[in-house]
Amino acid sequence: MKIFALSWLAGLSIMLLAAQPARAALSVLACEPEWAALVEEIGGDRVRVSSATTAKQDPHRIEARPSLIARARSADLLVCTGAELEVGWLPLLQRESGNARIQPGKPGYFEAARHVTLIDKPQIVDRSMGDVHAAGNPHIHLDPRNIARVADALAARLAQVDVANAGHYAERNRDFQQRWLAAMARWEARGAPLKGAPVATHHKNLNYLASWLGLKAVITLEPKPGVDPSVAYLGEVLARVKDRPVKMILHANYESPRASRWLSERSGAPAVELPYTVGASAAARDLFGLYDDLLARLPGALK
Amino acid sequence: MFKRTLMASAIATLFASPAHAVPDAEWAAMKDEIRQMKSAYEARIAELESRVKAAETKAAVAEDKAMESASRPSPAASASNTLNPDISLILQGRYHNAEGDGHITGFLPAGHAHGSEKGFSIDHTELVLGASIDPYFRGHANFAIADGEVETEEAWVQTTALGHGFTVKGGRFLSGIGYTNELHPHAWDFANQNLAYAAMLGERYGQDGVQVKWVAPTPVFLEFGAEAGQGKDWGDKNNLGSYALFAHVGDDLGDSHSWRAGLSYLRARADGREGHWDDDNDAEAESLFNGRSRYWIADFVWKWAPDGNPRYRNFKFQAEYLRRSESGELECEDNAADGGACAGGIAGDYRARQSGWYAQGVYRFHPEWRIGYRYDRLNIGSVNFGPEFSGVLSRPSFTPSRHSLMLDYNPSEFSRLRLQLAQDKAEQGLSDNQLTLQYIYSLGAHGAHKF
Repeated sequence: MKIFALSWLAGLSIMLLAAQPARAALSVLACEPEWAALVEEIGGDRVRVSSATTAKQDPHRIEARPSLIARARSADLLVCTGAELEVGWLPLLQRESGNARIQPGKPGYFEAARHVTLIDKPQIVDRSMGDVHAAGNPHIHLDPRNIARVADALAARLAQVDVANAGHYAERNRDFQQRWLAAMARWEARGAPLKGAPVATHHKNLNYLASWLGLKAVITLEPKPGVDPSVAYLGEVLARVKDRPVKMILHANYESPRASRWLSERSGAPAVELPYTVGASAAARDLFGLYDDLLARLPGALK
Repeated sequence: MFKRTLMASAIATLFASPAHAVPDAEWAAMKDEIRQMKSAYEARIAELESRVKAAETKAAVAEDKAMESASRPSPAASASNTLNPDISLILQGRYHNAEGDGHITGFLPAGHAHGSEKGFSIDHTELVLGASIDPYFRGHANFAIADGEVETEEAWVQTTALGHGFTVKGGRFLSGIGYTNELHPHAWDFANQNLAYAAMLGERYGQDGVQVKWVAPTPVFLEFGAEAGQGKDWGDKNNLGSYALFAHVGDDLGDSHSWRAGLSYLRARADGREGHWDDDNDAEAESLFNGRSRYWIADFVWKWAPDGNPRYRNFKFQAEYLRRSESGELECEDNAADGGACAGGIAGDYRARQSGWYAQGVYRFHPEWRIGYRYDRLNIGSVNFGPEFSGVLSRPSFTPSRHSLMLDYNPSEFSRLRLQLAQDKAEQGLSDNQLTLQYIYSLGAHGAHKF
């Protein structure tokens, strides 16, 4: 007992000493890679950012792993989507980290979804409808107009949390907005032929992309959000797709391609895997690369 | 052919005849009247059309507005609903087929054991409430409801604004020792608790007291905790006799692996802890223990998910080792009619050092299906009864163990159906093949589960 107590105290004091090194940059923990990329765009060298999830993970289903608690412990700012996307794990990180700065309601907790208009807001919120998000569809980052809006709000929040570098963030945001606007014009031109094309999607996570490009997301492969499609259900989808053909079957890279391939083989429409976020493909190194890749794959599959 | 020509000429005559009969002036007046009627109607139709158009645009505008207000980010949702605590209700029930009644040979029980009822039964229904109290505290309560009783399993407040990695929890809570201890039955991977916890901790150890936790500001997860309180079930209610210390360390290995290891120490004072022991006449003697219990627990959890995405496939390995040392005074009592050796009551010294461990693996091979295996083993260790108990109570020479195999089906995150088969050799002289069918449903705002 005594030995344990002593080693416990020794461990504690070593840790306290280890905690001393001065913080050079603002430490930011982003819940998803897209927000980590945006923080990098706006923060530059004044922030040190890491993402809690990778592009290969489903942001709905993440475990509150010890490593994430450790990272949340030292974060000055959490940048997340909100709108209940991270409800299964983020509250635990906030609670277990013992970090007062990142609690709900504090400036150190930034929710992107609060700064954009959400689509697909359900009329009735009931679990019988599957994994519904009462606040609306949280997969906002696949509409570049939302990225621009969130960037403005994020620059303001960075300036609030790190007053000393407020000018730096504002300057970088202006620069980012200019480049983003120019890139958006390029993407919209490339995506023009997609307007009005009916598509099937695996989950509702591509709906913002569809609404921006004017794609008609006429059917989802999941019977209900978050519920994997059975073969029987896919049969129904196939019947409807044969009745009203779609041009493409889209799914995000972190979702199993099996359902999309099954439908593609039987309906003739190509199955297209889309990089869902930054890091999901070799080209999607940053937000610009992500949209470049999306707007290369989509018109390519239309032909 | 002939008929049709005849009819046509007849009609022609009919039409032609009035024109011939009406004078020109009247004819003109009629034409004029018709023209007037026509223009009046046209005017009225135009007016109606414009009214319809106006109504349509109005409706469209209203619809747009409605859509906008529906999808606008609404920072201020209606307060009456959002200020309610998160409420969840957990329904669990089962069918259990077994020969024994969950008796474990060679260990003085510490607190009540979970239901081992046979046949159909509902386990405790759990009602969980939790919310932020204000910017400084969070509150949480867990009530286990059974026939005729409501047990407060947890009721605590926790700080959220201390910062620097510190959190303080006060009230009744499940102790942070070990790994499984903080989990409620609905979060267990098997239908019952592991043998080591069941034999030595009364399945879970609750505290009425205070807990301080500190997370170190290191890239590797390091957490230290200390508790002071009174054990919930069998602790000394008049003395602060229950202290716990624990340390956790954990990290990731690449994107696919993560782990946590822990070491915990618990010292508790037992005040009239009730139990039972098979005496030398093979009768079950009631026992009361007063004394000191010390526990060491080592725990380890490792989880694997391809690329860190656990949805389609994942694996969880978990193992714990428990050691309990006890010394104090034991009283035993039993019914003379049973021929019990303790008849009339005997008191004497009691000292024991015992241990147990389990290891389990659970594999999700499909988004909806998991399969798991667990092995439990106990070591009765050294059990020394005072001379007063000579010929009355003695240490059995036996090693309790159990194999469990489970398969569960999870149509969603909120429902689980489980089949468990076990070969239970925890009671001396009984090799019990058990079958359990179980359901666990969680209704309402179910909070996130710990790693």
